[in-house]
Formats: sequence, C-alpha cells, structure tokens
Amino acid sequence: MKLIFEKHKDGRRGFSYGLVDVGGAKPLPEKYRRGAALPLPCLSELDVVRHYTNLSRLNFSVDTNFYPLGSCTMKYNPKFCERVAGFEGFSQLHPLLPQLSGGGMLAQGSLEVLYETEKLLCEITAMSAFTMQPLAGAHGELTGVMLIAAYHKDKGARRKYVIVPDSSHGTNPSSAAIAGYEVKVIPTGPDGYMDLVEYKKQLNDEVAAVMLTCPDTLGIFNPRIREIADMAHKVGALLYYDGANLNAMLGKCRPGDIGFDVVHLNLHKTFATAHGGGGPGAGPVGVSQKLVEFLPISRVIRCGDGTYALDYNYRKSIGYIAPFYGNFGVILKAYAYMLCLGREGLIKAAEIAVLNANYCQAKLKSYYDLAFDKTCMHECVFSAMRQAKNGVHALDIAKYLIDKGFHPPTIYFPLIVKEALMIEPTETESKETIDAFIETMIEIARLAEDNPSLVKQAPVNMPIKRLDEVRAARKLDLCWKPQN
Amino acid sequence: MSFIPHTQEDIKQMLKAIGAGSIDELFKDIPVALRPKSFNIPAGKSEFEVTQILRRLSLENATGLVNFVGAGFYDHFIPAAVDAIAARSEFYTAYTPYQPECSQGWLQAIYEYQTIICQLTGLDVSNASLYDGGTALFEAMMMAVRHTGRNKIILDSGVNLIYRTMLYTYTSNLSIEFVEIPVVHGQSSRRDLFKHLDDKTAAVILQNPNFFGAVDDYSDVVGQVHKFGALAIASVYPVSLGMLKAPGEMGFDIATGEGQSLGIPLSFGGPYLGFMAAKSELVRQMPGRIVGATVDSEGKRGFVLTLQTREQHIRREKATSNICSNEALCALRAAVFVSLLGREGLRELAEHNYQKAEFAKEQLSGLSGVEVKRSSPTFNEFTILLPRNADEVVQRMIDKGFACGFPLGRFYKGMDNYLLVAVTEKRTKEEIRRFVDSLEAVL
Repeated sequence: MKLIFEKHKDGRRGFSYGLVDVGGAKPLPEKYRRGAALPLPCLSELDVVRHYTNLSRLNFSVDTNFYPLGSCTMKYNPKFCERVAGFEGFSQLHPLLPQLSGGGMLAQGSLEVLYETEKLLCEITAMSAFTMQPLAGAHGELTGVMLIAAYHKDKGARRKYVIVPDSSHGTNPSSAAIAGYEVKVIPTGPDGYMDLVEYKKQLNDEVAAVMLTCPDTLGIFNPRIREIADMAHKVGALLYYDGANLNAMLGKCRPGDIGFDVVHLNLHKTFATAHGGGGPGAGPVGVSQKLVEFLPISRVIRCGDGTYALDYNYRKSIGYIAPFYGNFGVILKAYAYMLCLGREGLIKAAEIAVLNANYCQAKLKSYYDLAFDKTCMHECVFSAMRQAKNGVHALDIAKYLIDKGFHPPTIYFPLIVKEALMIEPTETESKETIDAFIETMIEIARLAEDNPSLVKQAPVNMPIKRLDEVRAARKLDLCWKPQN
Repeated sequence: MSFIPHTQEDIKQMLKAIGAGSIDELFKDIPVALRPKSFNIPAGKSEFEVTQILRRLSLENATGLVNFVGAGFYDHFIPAAVDAIAARSEFYTAYTPYQPECSQGWLQAIYEYQTIICQLTGLDVSNASLYDGGTALFEAMMMAVRHTGRNKIILDSGVNLIYRTMLYTYTSNLSIEFVEIPVVHGQSSRRDLFKHLDDKTAAVILQNPNFFGAVDDYSDVVGQVHKFGALAIASVYPVSLGMLKAPGEMGFDIATGEGQSLGIPLSFGGPYLGFMAAKSELVRQMPGRIVGATVDSEGKRGFVLTLQTREQHIRREKATSNICSNEALCALRAAVFVSLLGREGLRELAEHNYQKAEFAKEQLSGLSGVEVKRSSPTFNEFTILLPRNADEVVQRMIDKGFACGFPLGRFYKGMDNYLLVAVTEKRTKEEIRRFVDSLEAVL
C-alpha cells in the first residue's frame, strides 16, 4: 500500500480550524520561527480515513483472529470497557486539577477509581499497597527494583546483585541493570525448574533481590517456590514477582501468601485491557508492608469524611515514576473488567485459561516435543526440534499458521528452549477455535515430514511474502523521504 | 459475566482429552499451604450495572470548567476521525507487530508516525514511541551518557519540574551528576550554563517553550555544547512546532516530548505518548521499538521491527533500555491527527494558539494589579504576577467556573503570586473575556 506521504496533493485539506476569532497580535519574531515550511502531507479527511481503515485491515487482532501469543495473554477485550473509558467525565479531565488548591473535589470520580482498583489488586495478590503509576509491565519492573534499592539503602546496605533465572523475560535483567544492579543468571535444571544448587551458591548478602515469574515462562508452577522465597529472605534479599503470568493464578494462589515482597501486574494481560498494537499498557506495582513507605508519590488516600485526596507526605518515597497517576484510561478499563467478572468470574478465568492450555498441550504432544512434560498452567511450551531436523523451523511454522488465519504463538522464547513455540490460548477462546488451531498444527507436523518446502514457502496468502529483515537492519530506512 | 464460551460438555470433553478428572486437578502443583488465605472480591455485575457505576463516577469529576491549565498537558480539540480510526479493533486489539506478514497495517502506521515525528522535529530518526514525555527525556539522557561515556548533566530549570523530578527519581541509584541552571527573566541563563559546560558534560537538557511558556532560540547554546563534545537534548511541545523553530534547525541531537497534544485525550494523566527523534548517528543508542522499510522475497515494499539487537528481549541486561510495551495506539492517534491537519492545519493550529494567548495577555494586562511577564516571547502559555496568593485566586476562580491556570508556587519557591496560564485554540474570545472579567472580580 502507498504511504500516506505518497498520497499527498498540494492544496488539499483534511481539517480546518476556521478563522481565528481574535487577531492582530504582533507576529512572533523571525528568529524563533521555523525556517523551512513543515513537510507534512496534505490530504482530505476521506483520504486519511480510508488510508488508515485499509491499513487496519492488514492486521491480525483478537477481534479478527485467534492470537495464542504466549506470555502476552491476548484474551478478549470487552467492548463496554472501551466505552466507559470514553466517558467525557474521565477522558477530558486534566491531571493537574486535583493538584490545584481545593482541586481535590474536582476529580473525586477518578480518584475513587484509582483507590478502589488498588484495593482490588491488593486482595487479588495479597500485597499491602499498590502504586498505579507504572505505565507498562517493564516500567513496573523498574519501579519495583528501584523500591528494592531504596529499601536496602534505607537499611544502610548497598547490595550489588539481582538474581534472575535464565528462563526469565528479557525485561527482568534489563530492568535490574537500568536500576544499577549487576545481574546473576541461574540456569534451569533438567527437570524444568530453576537449579537450586546453583541458586544456593549465588545467594549471599550482596544479593538485593531475586526476580521470579510464577508460573514461569515455561508455563510451569514450581512447587518449591516457598523454599526459594525463604532462602532469599534468609540472606536479606527481597523477592520480586513478575506478574506477566498472573492469569493462571487468579483465586488459586497469591504472590503475597507465598512471600513475595514486590509484584508487578500487566493490566493489559490479566485484566483484559486492549494491547493497542504494543501499548498502552499499565504495570501497577504492589508491595509488602515493609516497602510501603518507599512507594512513588502521589498516593491516593481516602479521608475520614469519605472523600479521596492525593497524599505526597511520604518522606522516604522514591519520587515520581510517571508524570501523574499512571495510565488512567487503562486502569479504568481494568477496574470495569474486575467489577464485571467479580470473584467467581476471575477464578473461572484462571481455570479455563489453564484448561485451554492443557488441552492444547495434550492434543499436540505426540506431534511436537514438549519442553518439559508437566501439567502446565496458562501456557504450554513446545520445541520444534523434531520438525527442524527436516528443515521446518519455529519461524516456518509461524508463517504457515499466518497463512491459515492464526496469529502464531510466541516463537524462540523462552531462550532456553530450542525452536520454542509458546502457546497461550487464554480463557475466552472456544473449544472449536482451539480445535481448528490444533488441526492446523498437526497438519504442519505432517507436512514437516512429507512436504517441508510447502511450510517453508509460507505465507502465500498474505499481501506480502517473507520480508528481508537483514536488509532492514543493514540498509536502514526508518523515515520516508520525498523522491526526486 | 465472564466472557467464557465453554459449555459444561466442552469442559468434560477437554478434561477427558487431558486425562484429568477435574479442573482442580490441573492446579495440583500449587501446594495446599500456598492456596489463598482469602479472596474477598465482590460478586460479578452485569455490563449494565458496571456501566451505571462508572457513569456515576465520571459525573463526580468536574469537566465543565473552562480550562486555562496547561503546564505541559493541553486541552486541544480532537477531530472525530482520530477517534474513529483509533476505535478500529483491528488496531487496538492487536499486539506488538512481531510477525510482519500479519501486521503490515500496524508496521506501516508506525513507520508513518516515525516519519511525522522526524518532519516535526527536523531530525533524522524516530522510534515507535515511549511511555510519556518524562520517560522519553530520561531515555534521551541515558543515550547521551552512553554515547559520550560521561555522566554530568546540565539541566535547565525551565524544564518541567515533573520531568526533572522524574529524572532525579530514575537516577537515584546511578552515578549521574546534575547541575541545574537558573531561569533568568524567563529564559535559560547562558552565563550560568556556559560556566558549567565542560568536557565532562554528557548533555545539556533544555525545553522549548520552557515551563514558564517562554520561547527561545537555543542555536547559540547548542553550538557551545558541541564544542565540548556533549549532546544537546530538547524537550518540546509538538503543537508549537507548527510555528516554532524545530529542534533540528537549532542543531539539537535529540528531541523528546509529550505527544498528548496530538489528538490524545487528557484522560487524567494517561495513556500519553512519549516521542523521541535523534540524529541518525545515535540510532543504535535509541531505546524501544523501531520500524524499518524493507522488501519481501518478491521485491515488494514491506515493514518490519528492526535493530532489535538493541532491545531487552535479545540483549537482556545489556539492552539500551528495558522498554517492551510502548504507546503504539497513542502514536497512531498522533499520526492520524497530524495527517488530517496536514502542513496547513498544523500551522493554523499553532497560529490560533499563539493569537489567542496574545489576546489573553493583552486583556489581562489591562487589569490593575496584574502584571503579564513579557521579558521573552511566548507561544500559548505565559506567566502572570497577581497582587495576591495564586492558590486563593485559583480557588475562587473554580467557583466561577474556571480552571484559571497553574499556580507556580507549587513548583517554585518564592513564586506564590505567580500563575501560569495556557490558552489553546479551544478558548473562544468570549471565554477569554469572561475569564478576565472573573479574575478582575476575584482579585
């Protein structure tokens, strides 16, 4: 499809502000003004609307396709949540209003949403308090590690290391490094669990935190998680819970009950807010009692008279993580979702998510090698090594699935599984949809034996064939320029 | 309501295929001792009930005030076509476009967004978006630290205090040395800035227009910064770029900013849009997703995520940033907004903002006891000195139906009588007149 810039025509207008009703002001002096004319495109409103509408049709999305992208929890995003977030009372509220003197009363509705969401998340995770500020999961991780650093600093210790298992999300080591820590990586043992011997060896009083995902990125719940937690606490390290996989845990197990000190959640995963093509997300962070005093400011409190207010009075707070109170529009959708599902609905979401994943695992395990043959939680991880022997790699399987109308699973992650295929069906997908996906996966396994080239050619039904990613990185073209 | 399609029969068949007797059996790895001590969540409600609850809460917010509060976050009009495109669920229910063949719509839209950001800022490359203007500024600062191998940052105090606070928060565990430069007569003090500039400096960070609304031409500063091998970083307000000299024109190496003004609702502080553009030699230091053009096996143009070896999912603790999710949907809104407006529309938008703010200044300067600060030109926001405490004035103006501005005493010591007033294209002549009359009445 042509780029919007290639549809430009001099003199066309897509929007006009009309005549300004005031005027006659002295123009801004030349030295402050843009020299060159703005090179933006000129189009009609229909040109723009048709352009982006047609672009939208080139995407797979949850509303159009099964999207079992492991670790991303691509469940259905209820429509009413979008509508609620669009209510003018929410969408048009300036974030500085409650910071004006006497302005708290101007934002009572939004402050209540923040306060009540925090309360629900505390109960779901068994944590003492949450900050709603972090703007995405990785942002929550960074916030969490900074809280841990503040805690240790307050105790007079400058600890050096953060421990992560080799199966962790890339954001874990990266967040720890950006917060100023050195990262120690613990390998996964042959049983699929973190190697406890190696873990014991690395644990000492220089370790600030242990970051774990539970269930882990292999989709497995480690039954010895309590022991791992206790060992960390024994050397004074704190325990960090990466909540990317919380969907399997709703009402089944709470990080706070295990002994985790810091938890980040991905509202755009577990709590059904739309992923928006990569964002916005929201990554609230919950903490145990000993970390509450370090949480970012402001915090929303409920006053004696039942009104809500912003509180900045936390001497040990790490400061501002976001300009305001988090991605409010996203938090609001998650709140609406939680109110709607309620206790039973949340528990059922976890149960059916786990049922769907185990069903996929059971139906596919004679065709693909399981990374570890255990009951899985919300996702199952296969290896395409058997198919790779015939030249059909995880990437080829992904492309063939695209041809058949399925968004592929996450591939090549976790990094410790060769040719990984990480499948997370989520609870909102029906048996029929999953069966159709399984059938296609079985078809691919057969083709890998009988006619591998057919898989390797895929996709053939899409508007484009496979793209040259090496060329994209070598001959960088990141910004359109007029040709002449 | 749970949005789950399974019938009892489905569940039975699936359990049979798994070889499990019950759903509980699937959770057997969770030790009994770790089962929840409580799970006191209220019972579920119908869509109608939840909608009613949230409708009621939305009405407890005051959005009927005529708004003159800006301070980096502005009340601009959003054309309906922006909402219509952002409401296409083929966009908003997709995820990061890891699989290019089924994500060309998103990838092309982001490539167009990147181009638009480059066009606005006058720089070479842009990423696919960051969380907000503050985190974008932090990421830019870290780019400079890595690029120069130095750790001293000269930070102008005309940079939004919210962002400065964020920078201090993020670096509390890192060894970054900050020097803050005072604002004198509304503009960055060259004398102080040049005094501190040396060969240990990684970057100088400035904002245009600065927090007080003052417009500047930093070309002279940037020239000096480069002499010492440091980078110049500008935090900018994109709507103003319809009129003001672009960061690239002044020689800045990196420009960041809050993109909320480009078709994104105020929404009580988020989701917003952090944008970032830089000179091409800095591209490998950039954080976040970047989309590049390439060709498919038949030579047809297509788009992919590129330079991924900078990113956390590959480079882990050695990545340029930990960012994974970004604000793609907000970037899409910005791309649609700017495409609709086009070069004429954006120029017009900037002009309306400038004219209306100038009109408000003129009207306000007629009030006795009110001094409009005029030491430097402004775009759509300016500072006034009131004869009494600005907090009190703000309170009284709320009663008259106006959010009349941001009291500077909240952020700056000794400025208790100063008010920062923003006037966007949405404010009519009549509203501005009423605002001035009401202010006169409460003073």
